[in-house]
Amino acid sequence: MEKRHIVVLTAGLNQPSSSRMLADALAQSTGAALEKAGVEAEFTTVELREHAHAVTDMLLTRFPSAELREVMDQVKAADGVIAVTPIFTAGPSGIFKSFVDLFTTEDFDGKPALLGATGGSARHTLVLESAIRPLFTYLRADLATTAVFAATDDWSGTDEANPLPERINRAGAEFARIVSNYTNPGAFDEFAAAPDFLDLLQS
Amino acid sequence: MHDDSVNKWNLKLTDGVPMQFGIFSVGDVTTDPTTGRTPTETERIRAILRIAQKAEEVGLDVFATGEHHNPPFVPSSPTTMLGYIAAKTERLLLSTATTLITTNDPVKIAEDYAMLQVIADGRVDLMMGRGNTGPVYPWFGQDIRQGIPLAIENYALLRKLWDEEVVNWEGKFRTPLQGFTSTPRPLDDTPPFVWHGSIRSPEIAEQAAYYGDGFFANHIFWPADHFKRLITYYRRRYEHYGHGSADQAIVGLGGQVFMRKNSQDAVREFRPYFDNAPVYGHGPSLEEFTEQTPLTVGSPQEVIDRTLTFRETFGDYQRQLFLMDHAGLPLKTVLEQLDLLGEEVVPVLRKEFDSLRPAHVPTAPTHETLVAHRRIRK
Repeated sequence: MEKRHIVVLTAGLNQPSSSRMLADALAQSTGAALEKAGVEAEFTTVELREHAHAVTDMLLTRFPSAELREVMDQVKAADGVIAVTPIFTAGPSGIFKSFVDLFTTEDFDGKPALLGATGGSARHTLVLESAIRPLFTYLRADLATTAVFAATDDWSGTDEANPLPERINRAGAEFARIVSNYTNPGAFDEFAAAPDFLDLLQS
Repeated sequence: MHDDSVNKWNLKLTDGVPMQFGIFSVGDVTTDPTTGRTPTETERIRAILRIAQKAEEVGLDVFATGEHHNPPFVPSSPTTMLGYIAAKTERLLLSTATTLITTNDPVKIAEDYAMLQVIADGRVDLMMGRGNTGPVYPWFGQDIRQGIPLAIENYALLRKLWDEEVVNWEGKFRTPLQGFTSTPRPLDDTPPFVWHGSIRSPEIAEQAAYYGDGFFANHIFWPADHFKRLITYYRRRYEHYGHGSADQAIVGLGGQVFMRKNSQDAVREFRPYFDNAPVYGHGPSLEEFTEQTPLTVGSPQEVIDRTLTFRETFGDYQRQLFLMDHAGLPLKTVLEQLDLLGEEVVPVLRKEFDSLRPAHVPTAPTHETLVAHRRIRK
């Protein structure tokens, strides 16, 4: 059976957090869809809250602590990334944005990604499309068309027209298709990519 | 092809030192967080001149100045400063950390440093760097996206200006030259030794390796394993280009220390400067940063022990520069630090490093060794 490693990022602040609940549900639907396609998926879930200080330190010093580097290396090497953030003031949470800021386009170029967000009401839904999707488009990630927004109400299961589990399953299936077609080039290595001096001289 | 027994720079001269120890100054004007007082530019410049002379007094080998073109940094005109220090010293080797190869005209670098060589009687080398202030590029008419190509082309021209009497040249970034001779010619027809400094670019390690120049890893603000990759890459490519074996490549490292006789006193005194420092202040704690980077705050013995580990990480190397005068530390404190460095730390380090260095590892290049090498090649 083929194998894929997916990193699940969640930037929820509360314990338990609805962002974590959404992240887990997205991982589960992805795993189920991959399994159907004959792919074994392994998930590593990262609570960004636990790395909040290290992320700020890195923005100031430009190098990661040993622990943060481990997380970043996992993201860089992953076959896909599920990223979920609460919506704060018409944007992703600060920790989420700060974490994403630590990466370059080389790290995400072509990498499958699935987005999710949580918020108090459905009025925040399109923040996902207008403020979070562009971050990953900039990073050149290969995004699942469906991104899932879960408002507090969604957890009641009363939305019969477009219930949350259905959206989660649609997103997971789309993401699983991208992940199974993805050929992972491995984490970008600037030393392996470094040009020979004569090429530098002539360019 | 290179001869394994003779590295490009491996010339043992009785008056040279096997490994050079010195200081490098960023030249920041920073408020002393313990007093709230900010030195004037004039005070800071004079303090740097005093610190450089002190370096010689306490027996250090090298003083290197940064080059900056924006406040709060003062050293915009390195050869003016170094020319003064040259006149006030006798043995001290004058260097830079770094000379902006991207935004300075290579013709002016060729002239300025050849002039300084004559004035300082050969006690000059320099370290090329790309700078860390984005707007310096547009201020000097360049495009930051061309940083690497500028470093490559400008340095190739600089070498040509030093190595060839009459230069005809055309490149992408500068007015062509026809029948140009850079004056004065390098002292004894021997250009200053060049180091290349980089904190992250393999391209610059590659450039240093190609020319058989030195590679300097600033080292101080990032974890050692990052610089280890960079230096290992440089060493491997140095060998690839036939200058010698990987362990014969010329490596320099930065370090950052604050010392008092008692470790706790050093920590207590340095902490406010650390917490408010321009580069890493308000980020990781002093303890975390000490663990993550080569910063050592403690007794002279702790500095000795830590510095000796650099050799274990990076292999035998030729130059160790310490950052001593930054973050608003008062001149008096910096001079006390230099006393400790020169009297208690460096003599032990010299002995220890020398006893550990295998015979085939070259000594630090100086004007004398380069002149002798040139003679042998002829």
